[in-house]
Amino acid sequence: MNSILRDHSALPDRWHRLIANPFFWPAVAGAGLLFCIAASVLGFLDLYLQLILIYVGINIILTVSLNLINGYMGEFSVGHAGFMATGAYVASLLTIRIFPSGISDLFFPLAIFAGGVAAAIIGLLVAIPSFKTRGDYLAIVTLAFCMIVKSVLENIDAVGGPRGLLGMEKLTTLPWVFFWAALTVWVIRNLVFSNFGRGVLSIREDEIASDLMSVNTRQVKVIAFVVSSFFAGVAGGLYAHALQFINPKMFDIIKSTDILIMVYLGGIASIAGSIIGAIIFTILLEILRPLGVWRMVIMPLLLVLLMICRPSGIMGLRESRLFFPLRDLVTERLWRKRKKENGDAPA
Amino acid sequence: MPLLEIQGLTHRFAGLCAVSNFTLSVEPHELVGIIGPNGAGKTTVFNLITGVYRASEGSIRFEGRELVGKRPSAVTGLGIARTFQNIRLFRELSVLDNVRIAHYGQVRYSPLEALLHMGRFRSEERRITNRALDLLSVFKLEDYAAEKAKNLPYGLQRRLEIARALATGPRLLLLDEPAAGMNPNEIIMLMEFIGWIRETFSLTIILIEHQMRLVMGICERLTVLDFGETIAAGIPSEIRNNRKVLEAYLGEEVDGDAP
Repeated sequence: MNSILRDHSALPDRWHRLIANPFFWPAVAGAGLLFCIAASVLGFLDLYLQLILIYVGINIILTVSLNLINGYMGEFSVGHAGFMATGAYVASLLTIRIFPSGISDLFFPLAIFAGGVAAAIIGLLVAIPSFKTRGDYLAIVTLAFCMIVKSVLENIDAVGGPRGLLGMEKLTTLPWVFFWAALTVWVIRNLVFSNFGRGVLSIREDEIASDLMSVNTRQVKVIAFVVSSFFAGVAGGLYAHALQFINPKMFDIIKSTDILIMVYLGGIASIAGSIIGAIIFTILLEILRPLGVWRMVIMPLLLVLLMICRPSGIMGLRESRLFFPLRDLVTERLWRKRKKENGDAPA
Repeated sequence: MPLLEIQGLTHRFAGLCAVSNFTLSVEPHELVGIIGPNGAGKTTVFNLITGVYRASEGSIRFEGRELVGKRPSAVTGLGIARTFQNIRLFRELSVLDNVRIAHYGQVRYSPLEALLHMGRFRSEERRITNRALDLLSVFKLEDYAAEKAKNLPYGLQRRLEIARALATGPRLLLLDEPAAGMNPNEIIMLMEFIGWIRETFSLTIILIEHQMRLVMGICERLTVLDFGETIAAGIPSEIRNNRKVLEAYLGEEVDGDAP
C-alpha cells in the first residue's frame, strides 16, 4: 500500500501523469503570467479587454476566498464587501499619502499586501461571533458588519466621507491581477487539501462531532476567516487601483450579493466552480451591457433558470480533477483497483 | 489510581436537574455500563465528560487531570473518544476522510507547511492516510474508503463511527447506545465486537445502553440512573434483582396486585 501511494507511475492514463508532473502547475502559471505581461506590455489585447480580464481576476480572488467560508465551512457570511472595502481603503491611502508617488509601482505589492493584512485583522474580529452563531444568525452578524464598515467610512472626512477617495494611479495591471489570483487559488487549494481543510469540511458536516474528533473548531474558524478576509482585502486593493476611485457605496450589501451569486453560480466547495462562476458572471455582465437597464432583468432571470436546472451550481460540491493533489487521486485509484479485484462491488 | 473519577457531578438545564450528584470511578481496562430509562440523564453524563456541556457542579478527573471546563477537542486530545446515540458521521465526506479527520490532533505539521504543501506535509499526510487505511482494513471497511459515509448501510455506519472514534487514539471509549436499531443476532455480534476492540486497542469502555441483554452480557459493573439520580450501582447480577431498578423499568407495584 505504501509503495503504491508513493509510486506516481501507478497512475494509468496520460492525463493523470501530466497533472502528476511537479512542473505542471508552475508551467501553467508561468505561461499565464507571460501571456498577461505580453498582453499588457505589447498591447495586443485592447484596453477594454484587459479591463474585463482584470475584473475577472479580481472576482476570482473574491469568489475563491468566500468559498472557503460559505462553501467548505458551510457558514453563511455576507460580509465579504466589508473586507474588500477595508483592503481598498488601506491600500489606496498608502499609495496616495504614505508611499512616495514617483516610484509607487514599486510599493504597489506592499500596499496590496497591507490592505490584505488590514482586512485579515478585521476578519479576526468577525471570527469571534462565528464561535457562537451559525447559519442565518451569522449572516445577520456579517450583514451588520458590512453596514458598520460602510457607515464608518462615510463618516470619516479624512478618507473622503461619502464622496470617496480619488487620486490613485492606475497601478493594477493584468500581470499583477494574474499573480494575486493564482496565489489565491494556490493557497486556498493547499489549505483545503490539508489537515486544516478536513477540519473546515468537518465543521460544515457536524460541528459538535468535529470538535469531539479532536478538531479545534475555534482555531479552524479563526484561520478560515483570517485567510478569507485577507484575500478579500487584496481584491479590494486591486479593485481600487483598477478603478482609480472608490467610495463607501461601492462596498454595500449589493457587492456582497454579487460575490455570493458568483459562488453559488459556480457551485459551493469547489475551486473550479468558483473560477467558472467568476468568469461567467463577469463576462455575461459585459455581454449584456448593450441592453442597458434590461441587463438587471435578464441577468437575474438567467440565474433563476440556472438554479432551476442546476440547483447546486455548475460544479455543485464537485471539484475538477485538476485541483486534486496527486495523493488523493492515487488513494482513489487504489481503492477502485481493490474493488475490481475483489469482484463484489460495495453497495 | 482510577482512570476516570467522577465526583458529585450535577448538571441543570434552566432549573431541570438532568444529572444530580453522579459519582463513578472506573479502573483501567474495565467495562462499565450506565443504564436507565429514557430521559434518565445518561447521554448528559457523556456530554459532561466530553466537554459538550459544562458541569454545574462536581469534578471529572481523567488520569488525575480535571476535565470540567475543557473544550471537547482538548478532552479528546487527552485520550477520551465517543460515539453518538444518533449516528453523527460526516455524511457528505468519504469514509477515508471521516477517519482522517479524527487524526486531526496527531498531525505534526505547521499551518505554514500546510499552506505551502512543503516540509513535513507530504510525509505526515502519507502517514495519516496509511494509518486511516490500516484502521479501515481492521474494521473491514477498506472497500468503502472512497464512498461517502451517508451511502453506507446502517450497520457499517455504526462500525465506521467506532473506527473514527478509535482513530483519535483514546484510552477511554464512551459508547452511546451502540445497539440501537439492532436485532438480537446483531447484538450478539456486537457484544463480541466490543470485547474484541477492548482487547485489541487495550481500552477502558463506558457503555450506555437500553438493551439489557447486551449490558448484562458484557458489563462488569453497572450504574443505574433514573431522573438524573443514581438509584443503584453494582455487578450485573445484583442489579438484576434490585427492587428500585425493577420499579424504574417496569413501574411501581400497585397495592393489592400479586407480586
